[in-house]
Amino acid sequence: MTKLTLLQINNLEIEFPSRKSVLRAVDNVSLSLEKGDILGIVGESGAGKSTVGNALIGLLEPPGQMTKGEIFLDGNRIDNLPDSEKQKIRGKEIGMIFQDPLTSLNPLQTIEDQLVETINLHLGLGENGARERAVELLDQVGIPDPDVRVKQYPHQFSGGMRQRVVVALALCAEPNLIIADEPTTALDVSIQAQILDLMRGLCKEKQVGMVIITHDMGVIADITDRVAVMYRGRLVEHGATEKILGNPDHPYTQSLISAVPRPDIKLIRFPQVTYIEDVAEKNTEIDITEHWLGKAREYETAPGPLVELKNIGMRFTTKPAFLRKNRIFLDAVNNVSLDIHEGEVFGLVGESGSGKSTVARIICGLYTPVSGAINFAGTELTALKKQSDLDPFRKQMQMIFQDPYSSLNPRMRVLDIVAEPILFHQLAETRREVEIIVKDLLEHVGLGAQSAVKYPHEFSGGQRQRISIARALATRPRFLICDEPTSALDVSIQAQILNLLKDLQEELGLTMLFISHDLPVIRQMCDRVGVMKDGFLCEMKETEVLFENPEHEYTQHLLNLMPRLEGLSLEGLDMQPQPNQN
Amino acid sequence: MTEDKNPITLLDYFGQMRDSDLWFSFTRSPVIVASACVTLLYLIVTIFAPLIAPHDPFDLASIDLLDASLPPFWMDDGELRFILGTDDQGRDILSTIIYGSRISLFVGFASVIFSLILGVGLGLISGYVGGRLDAFIMRVADVQLSFPAILIALLVDGLARTLLPREHHDEVALYVLVFAIGISGWVQYARTVRGQTLVEKGKEYVQAARVIGIRKWTILLRHILPNVTGPVLVIATIHLAIAIITEATLSFLGVGVPPTTPSLGTLIRIGNDFLFSGEWWITIFPGVALVLLVLAVNLLGDWLRDALNPKLR
Repeated sequence: MTKLTLLQINNLEIEFPSRKSVLRAVDNVSLSLEKGDILGIVGESGAGKSTVGNALIGLLEPPGQMTKGEIFLDGNRIDNLPDSEKQKIRGKEIGMIFQDPLTSLNPLQTIEDQLVETINLHLGLGENGARERAVELLDQVGIPDPDVRVKQYPHQFSGGMRQRVVVALALCAEPNLIIADEPTTALDVSIQAQILDLMRGLCKEKQVGMVIITHDMGVIADITDRVAVMYRGRLVEHGATEKILGNPDHPYTQSLISAVPRPDIKLIRFPQVTYIEDVAEKNTEIDITEHWLGKAREYETAPGPLVELKNIGMRFTTKPAFLRKNRIFLDAVNNVSLDIHEGEVFGLVGESGSGKSTVARIICGLYTPVSGAINFAGTELTALKKQSDLDPFRKQMQMIFQDPYSSLNPRMRVLDIVAEPILFHQLAETRREVEIIVKDLLEHVGLGAQSAVKYPHEFSGGQRQRISIARALATRPRFLICDEPTSALDVSIQAQILNLLKDLQEELGLTMLFISHDLPVIRQMCDRVGVMKDGFLCEMKETEVLFENPEHEYTQHLLNLMPRLEGLSLEGLDMQPQPNQN
Repeated sequence: MTEDKNPITLLDYFGQMRDSDLWFSFTRSPVIVASACVTLLYLIVTIFAPLIAPHDPFDLASIDLLDASLPPFWMDDGELRFILGTDDQGRDILSTIIYGSRISLFVGFASVIFSLILGVGLGLISGYVGGRLDAFIMRVADVQLSFPAILIALLVDGLARTLLPREHHDEVALYVLVFAIGISGWVQYARTVRGQTLVEKGKEYVQAARVIGIRKWTILLRHILPNVTGPVLVIATIHLAIAIITEATLSFLGVGVPPTTPSLGTLIRIGNDFLFSGEWWITIFPGVALVLLVLAVNLLGDWLRDALNPKLR
């Protein structure tokens, strides 16, 4: 060998025995890594990628166990060492960066104490040497005034700064290998870019090998030299990053990459993704003109936009007090005015805390705004005070929520969940008829009619989101609010759900408000977009115009941070004809 | 339209139960199986007391003072008619224990149900409505928590005694006791349910129901209530043991059920007077019966708490 292999994994196999069966989480995975190289392990949830990372540092959660395979670090076998030896390797030879910067630092110790403790444990520089080294490390990871900030506690740092400290902590014993498990998933886009840059720079400069585990193709494209793609515990493809992203061999990788929302071009639909959870085939196509779902759609059309917000303001009390002057408020939405026209998909984009979800909740009546007015189809909703006056409008607008695991009542059967709005608004005559409608709805969103008798926990995240969509359709709405409907889902399932939403929107002529922090998704879904920051609406434009010529400073900033994903394979995509080509 | 291919039948339900982790952890622990059997035995024996008890201790005609203070059958002078001996009035100890357990269990269950309904109701309202009502209910709970439960029960009992006419007192004594023990136990339910309600209220399924337009009370009863009952059942089981003990303590102190319908606590008190004159069986056997019952219920409650809490597994 000309170059010494830093990390070598041979035929790794990890099993989780349970009461009834044995789950093979990792099956015959072999990987290698050189010094200064960055290897990405990518896969969807349940692919076993984190399990590989945990096995490398000997921190498999019991009852998981390595049943086969070998792990070599610098030519020495490490997987069969006793626990005390493994402990010495962790930190000294292998550094770890975890997902959540909030929980991976001890809140009761200063940054200095935490760094010095680790440095002393592994390097033995003495008290003063260790302190100097701590300051030096903070400087390296780009924290301003390191000699002041080193005395501070974790809560005095912002999320991004904290993740920098975690990187410093991983580096402090000068390890040869760093394992980063979803290092930027909990961070906003702007911070993600900085952290990735930092990690890549340090890796190259110090000739440290890095394994980065992520589900995000953007991260992979940004930082890695080589990629390993995992699917259900197996390694399906392994090679240079440009090769895998640009010209994947394995059908799973191909379908995974085609499902990634493009930041650069607008597609008509996402390609049909194979290799994912089974969706029940529609055995009976529903004729919308005949079916219940298509009936009673002749809403009176008022002139002007369907939804109109006028100078909406919303504030939350963050510190209640008896006297008004002692209370502290947070202005979540400031003077927002926008209108959504019949039949269009309007996107709201912004970072976390920008107030976009609050706007959605104000429109559908979950919050009462402190100022401003909402008009829906010509009626001022904010002027209606009685619940029963609002009911006809509630029927016309429905919402799909972000978290598929909490948006369905776990104690109710799917049948009852979807039937509830129909029964409440008395949209069907008999119980029997309701049952038929529910089953049709479930089939229409790609679930079998037999799923009606099951409980929500029997479904996966994507399937649950389909149930949510069925429930939202059950009032025969004309206006649908989607609040980050796919941010909790894997990319391939995201592509399916977005396709479903597009289909329904066209078929039923729905008007949609689509909220997301993910710019590529917004580009794929929306006709017009509003950009929000700190409760203000910065810019509102046609999607394509906004993406090509952003005017507001913040929009430009956001678009710059968007992962470029250049060189992605374009094979099999259904592209929207570009206007200039016509 | 297609028919249900697999409607849920009762059989499926039991199949599911046999398959569940709860049943698995139940069968793995012999202590728990034993305490479940003991509890079940108590329930059966007390429900069918008139059929099972060898004598009717309240039937004055069948009581003979000549039989007074007989020891258990294995001792000298003991008779097989009275397996565990008789008390100073010639009543069969075994029968009084069976009838006494009946009263103890009745008071236990009734007061637990009373505190459960009161506590769950107040907890739900407190958590869901919030604001001043929440603050008021929780401060009342705090105040009550600063008194021992037994003191509150004593207070209620004392009030009832002064307010109610003497001749009616014995008739309602049992219900006063249920009320007194019940009112002293609601705080735990209210606090747990309030916390759980706050968590569930923030979840998106509740917001989805609000977007549909469903009214507050329906959301509370149909969506939130079923999702907060898990911990409540665990508290109820543990509370049952406490309620039985409280009843026994009150009866032992003489403020509980009247001596004409003795509970286990009353029996222990009556027997206590004879402990030093050698008739130990009058007080020891009811005492053992009480300890067994409370221990079994307590073990069940503890196990249920651990088995239902995934964090402790």
